[in-house]
Amino acid sequence: MRPAGRSETQSLYFTYPHFDPPQDRAGLSDAAPVAIVGAGPVGMTAALALAKHGVRSVLFDAKDTFNDGSRAICVARQSYHILEDIGAVDPFLEKSLPWTTGRTFYRGRQILEFDMPDSAREKYRPMYNIEQQYIEEYLWEAVVREPLIDMRWQSRVSGVEDADGAVILTIEDPLGTYRMQADWLLAADGARSAIRQMRGLRLRGENYEGRYVIADVQMDHDYPTIRRALFDPDCRRGGTILVHKQPDNIWRIDYQLHDDEDDAEAIREENVRQTVASVLQEIGHTGDWDLEWWSIYSANTLALDDYRDGRVFFIGDSAHIVPIFGVRGLNNGLADAHNIAWKLAFVMQGRAGAPLLDSYTPERRGATLDVFANASKSARFMTPPSPGWQLMRDAALNLALSHPFAGELANPRQMTPYTYADSPAVSADDPGFSGGPVPGAVLPEARVRDGFLTDLLGGGFTLLSFDEGLAQGVADLDLDVVVLDPGSEAAQVLAAGPHSAYLVRPDLHIAARWMRATPETLRAAYVRATAGESK
Amino acid sequence: MTPTEVETIYEALANRLDELGAEKRELYLAKLALLMAHELGDAPRALALIAEAAENLDV
Ligand SMILES: Cc1cc2nc3c(=O)[nH]c(=O)nc-3n(C[C@H](O)[C@H](O)[C@H](O)COP(=O)(O)OP(=O)(O)OC[C@H]3O[C@@H](n4cnc5c(N)ncnc54)[C@H](O)[C@@H]3O)c2cc1C
Repeated sequence: MRPAGRSETQSLYFTYPHFDPPQDRAGLSDAAPVAIVGAGPVGMTAALALAKHGVRSVLFDAKDTFNDGSRAICVARQSYHILEDIGAVDPFLEKSLPWTTGRTFYRGRQILEFDMPDSAREKYRPMYNIEQQYIEEYLWEAVVREPLIDMRWQSRVSGVEDADGAVILTIEDPLGTYRMQADWLLAADGARSAIRQMRGLRLRGENYEGRYVIADVQMDHDYPTIRRALFDPDCRRGGTILVHKQPDNIWRIDYQLHDDEDDAEAIREENVRQTVASVLQEIGHTGDWDLEWWSIYSANTLALDDYRDGRVFFIGDSAHIVPIFGVRGLNNGLADAHNIAWKLAFVMQGRAGAPLLDSYTPERRGATLDVFANASKSARFMTPPSPGWQLMRDAALNLALSHPFAGELANPRQMTPYTYADSPAVSADDPGFSGGPVPGAVLPEARVRDGFLTDLLGGGFTLLSFDEGLAQGVADLDLDVVVLDPGSEAAQVLAAGPHSAYLVRPDLHIAARWMRATPETLRAAYVRATAGESK
Repeated sequence: MTPTEVETIYEALANRLDELGAEKRELYLAKLALLMAHELGDAPRALALIAEAAENLDV
């Protein structure tokens, strides 16, 4: 919502573009290999990732511009690796504000300062703040550069039917209605997914207690990019407040509503202004400020039982809704898009077997359930659901004033990427390792020569080998080989010996690893990772 | 701990709880429990004590 007198897209700092529906009507009904419904951040990422693997797609969005208002603002390190992979990361790096530190206050006194893991061997910082409009704009700029993506705005998908080895979509735009066949459909149409409803599927899970108003204000406020959490502050006793810095002098203020506060009342402009003013006073801001945008949300943990329904895959908010304390809504969606894109591309190109597609749900739904478990923890701390939780939370905060160990309970422990340990496409670990990342985990970063380990990866599968001889035995496999030095930082990070090797998937997750690799074991893992036939 | 020491602690707690009054008693006891558990440095033991203290409350 925006202040009276301003439309939904009249922002203080962002100029919304206007997109027309397709003017050239010839060929609109031509069949496409992949259709993507929804050009939010997740749909655009999927289209770019498919294009990177050489797959053409048609991308539909019902709107004529980007999402209103800044919704997701915290983009995690792993998402920057994904953005790099799809060729979009540069403007993000230029615009966003990197951060590592959080501070927690109880009744105005600091009880905790935490740092997320970071070091010189990491290419990207643990977290970046950037408004969702910019996220969409920068992805859009990459979409425009990509000839394999056919983007159609003001195009609402209103029907989906199964056909023989394909789906048939009905699309409505201001100039007409048409049908189009696609071999595969990615539903990236957001939390209220129309495709999900058309397929008769429902999200299942829980709604948590606790509603928050999120408000963006523009102001000159002198504070570094550090996440501040205020528990039980003077300005809202019993409530919790989060404060984040964003580019363009925009500050995000999330404040918890009391049980007796009515939603409709809480989001009236004068009430938002009043509360924001009291929060700004609490954090010592005395200068002017402008209200940019606000919204309300509650913490849900909802997901589909299966992210696949025949030839339809659900990615992003259409598949799952997570509480935002974990800042995973958007980040998880980008990982969904990146995960399904390479699998679909490989299957369509005959580089992997069709059953590979069935690894999408266990891997990505597993990641969602992991977020749920963590988010439930932070939700219970931020918004205690019952008297027992409330008492212990208050006791911990109060004790933290004198005993720092208790303050650690307020550490949100922003998560590292999920490990696909139970995936059918991931091999069992080699017990010969003591340390390093297990199969299913994301490849950790290390400095190699003048760059980083991830810079060396190829476009598809990559074999990281510490043994030069290994490559010869598997020259027929569809993978890039990178030979690393057993004395290198990479060897340390990977706990590797002189004959070790890691098989890395196109999405930077580890498919398998060996302390002493042989062509035979490598071949077997490759077959498993691609659901292929043994060669 | 000797019986005399236990008695000293018992009295100190009783006095402290009276001083604090009804409103702060609960919060104080919760803080104390967390602090003592941390001091104990033995999580399984602390969990066992949390369960033991719940016994017989209805007698
Ligand atoms: C108020 C609010 C605050 C949030 N805050 C945070 C936060 O702080 N951190 C965080 O990580 N996440 C946050 N989120 C969540 C985050 O915004 C979403 O996770 C993210 O936008 C999901 O992206 P998506 O591409 O899956 O869906 P969306 O961004 O919702 O995009 C879906 C797209 O599909 C289009 N569409 C829908 N139906 C059709 C159709 N039938 N045909 C064609 N197009 C269609 C829509 O027009 C839309 O553009 C917030 C969300 C909201 C609503």
